[in-house]
Amino acid sequence: MTLLTGWGRTAPTRATVARPRTAEEAAALVAKAGGRGVVARGLGRAYGDAAQNAGGLVLDCTALEPWWRLEPGGLVTASAGTSLHDLMTALVPRGWFVPVTPGTRYVTVGGAVAADVHGKNHHVDSSLGAHLRSLRLLTADGSTRALGPRDDLFWATVGGMGLTGVITEATFQCVPVETAWMRVDVERTRDLDETLDTMTASDAGHRYTVAWIDLLARGGRMGRGVLTRGDHAAPGDLPARARRDPLAFAPRPLLAAPPRVPGGLLNRATVRAFNAAWFGKAPAAPRRIVQGIAPFFHPLDGVDGWNRMYGPRGFVQYQFVVPFEAVDTLRRVVERLSGDGVVSFLAVLKRFGEGTPGMLSFPMPGWTLALDIPAGRSGLAAMLTEFDEWVAGAGGRVYLAKDSRMSAATAAATYPRLPEWREIRRRADPDGVFVSDLARRLRLC
Amino acid sequence: MRNALGSVDTVLLLGGRSEIGLAIVERLVRRGARRVVLAARGAVVPVEDVERLGAEVHVLDFDAARPETHTALIEEAVARVGDLDVVIPAFGVLGSQAVYDADPVAAARDVAVNFGGHVSVGLAAARRLREQGHGTLVVLSSVAGVRVRKANFVYGSAKAGLDGFAQGLGDALHGSGARVVVVRPGFVIGRMTRGMTPAPMSVTAAEVADAVVAALDTRKGTVWVPARLRPAFAVMRLLPRPLWRRLPR
Repeated sequence: MTLLTGWGRTAPTRATVARPRTAEEAAALVAKAGGRGVVARGLGRAYGDAAQNAGGLVLDCTALEPWWRLEPGGLVTASAGTSLHDLMTALVPRGWFVPVTPGTRYVTVGGAVAADVHGKNHHVDSSLGAHLRSLRLLTADGSTRALGPRDDLFWATVGGMGLTGVITEATFQCVPVETAWMRVDVERTRDLDETLDTMTASDAGHRYTVAWIDLLARGGRMGRGVLTRGDHAAPGDLPARARRDPLAFAPRPLLAAPPRVPGGLLNRATVRAFNAAWFGKAPAAPRRIVQGIAPFFHPLDGVDGWNRMYGPRGFVQYQFVVPFEAVDTLRRVVERLSGDGVVSFLAVLKRFGEGTPGMLSFPMPGWTLALDIPAGRSGLAAMLTEFDEWVAGAGGRVYLAKDSRMSAATAAATYPRLPEWREIRRRADPDGVFVSDLARRLRLC
Repeated sequence: MRNALGSVDTVLLLGGRSEIGLAIVERLVRRGARRVVLAARGAVVPVEDVERLGAEVHVLDFDAARPETHTALIEEAVARVGDLDVVIPAFGVLGSQAVYDADPVAAARDVAVNFGGHVSVGLAAARRLREQGHGTLVVLSSVAGVRVRKANFVYGSAKAGLDGFAQGLGDALHGSGARVVVVRPGFVIGRMTRGMTPAPMSVTAAEVADAVVAALDTRKGTVWVPARLRPAFAVMRLLPRPLWRRLPR
């Protein structure tokens, strides 16, 4: 019996946690899951309650034997419990890079598929589902099904938050790289308009783009940010020292957050100072730098357990997308956050390209903004509920893998393919064996 | 399910006409609760008032004096709305000490409701919360039970028993995902105390409800309403008995 939370460390619930080492052991556990059902959990990086199952069974899939297989053309098959960290550490020195990486390497392959994760290349490469060739899914009847993009159940599983079964392995196409380095253009923007305009104008020229915006800056500087646009570097781009072994890749966390941090450490003053320092660190004039894969894609992985910095009450992450034509909704949200002085550091702004056919997949063409807010702030619930209304009204949605507080009504309104997904899920899992706190809270199933 | 910011989906109120209970329900519904069970004797409850706030309301017949029905009642509530996020036993009777002095049977009957009823409901609810791995039981204790006064010692002793029960239950549930919030209001001005002169530091049902809802957002196990009753009672607990028994009320 263990109390589990997501990465945001809010709303703990108790579950029995089992650690299957093989797909067979997982099947045996699913077969006797009991009335409160079962859900798979990976590295616990979903911010909310996606990998919690109150009163039921949670399969800790990090116990599944990690293995992967690389075929000559860059096709990779990996067990669901393999982390992207392990995969990158193995694949990059061989000249391959995962097709999509979220902001952390510490997610499992199974979790990445279940959330249909996206990265800084979404505007050109879409999300992980677009690169998946096949999946193996352990379903409620105890069988393991091989699924491909022509199966309904495949697209109910990609982005399906683990509610169709336990993903046991996935096959996806990797991209060739010549080095473990990125060629990055860094540029400051003065305000939100410049941030939006610069991103719109220059997105197409780079494979990876993202902007960090300072939500504590007000007035004429509201929405100021640091824009980074990168591409995989060629050996010729590297400094002489790195050229000797251009594919060397062995990142490690540099620091660890203390095990216990009091609440209130990340307050308006400290975050304002941090944001100002981050902004000040970026070059005033656009500059090209060469940066390792880890600091470019996963800066927060440099601090082990950074989520503890929010103290015992934890934090919520709010990530939404609105269609490009609804950019005014994005502006309203930024204005409100900035006007209210909401404590949020590293708000991340990104342009999405095409989505995948995943029925509960989050990305759609448009602007996406992700921000972290300490959970204790008064008025936060009402403010985010208001944002939900704006986002839903604009035809957008909130990311299930980040959500910890949206209402069932909002989920139903913003994921219009939910009925279709339910029908496919019902055929695969008629007794509702797979369930999570997220599913209960949002009445997904 | 309770969400990250303390909003819940389902609420079970036992004693569905209780002013404090309904005030808590009203606040929880305003903050997002969508399914409410109101349980009361004769199933007479203000359904429309809760529905108007946007919740789906289920009504169950409930008699606090019949503990043999309490487990079935909790099961029926679960059958209606699923997991119970917040359970509020808010039933109770406040008789006058003079009446109890003259009618020991009435006193025993009221204690059976004010204490015994809460024990059976509390245990039945706790079993369910433990099974589901989450949920909050709100126990409405009283400062009357923190140190019992001669002016209402029958009522006060039942509350003292309830307070002890609730603390023990809260400790027993620690680590289960479920928890107990013990609420210790002072004199509550309302229907139950109509005609009585309010004591110092008295509160309204709305104030009690505000404090309870605020506590749901935190990990607090005990709530004093108003909060300054806590230091006040830290002192009053230490008063020598000769002094305590001279208190006018």
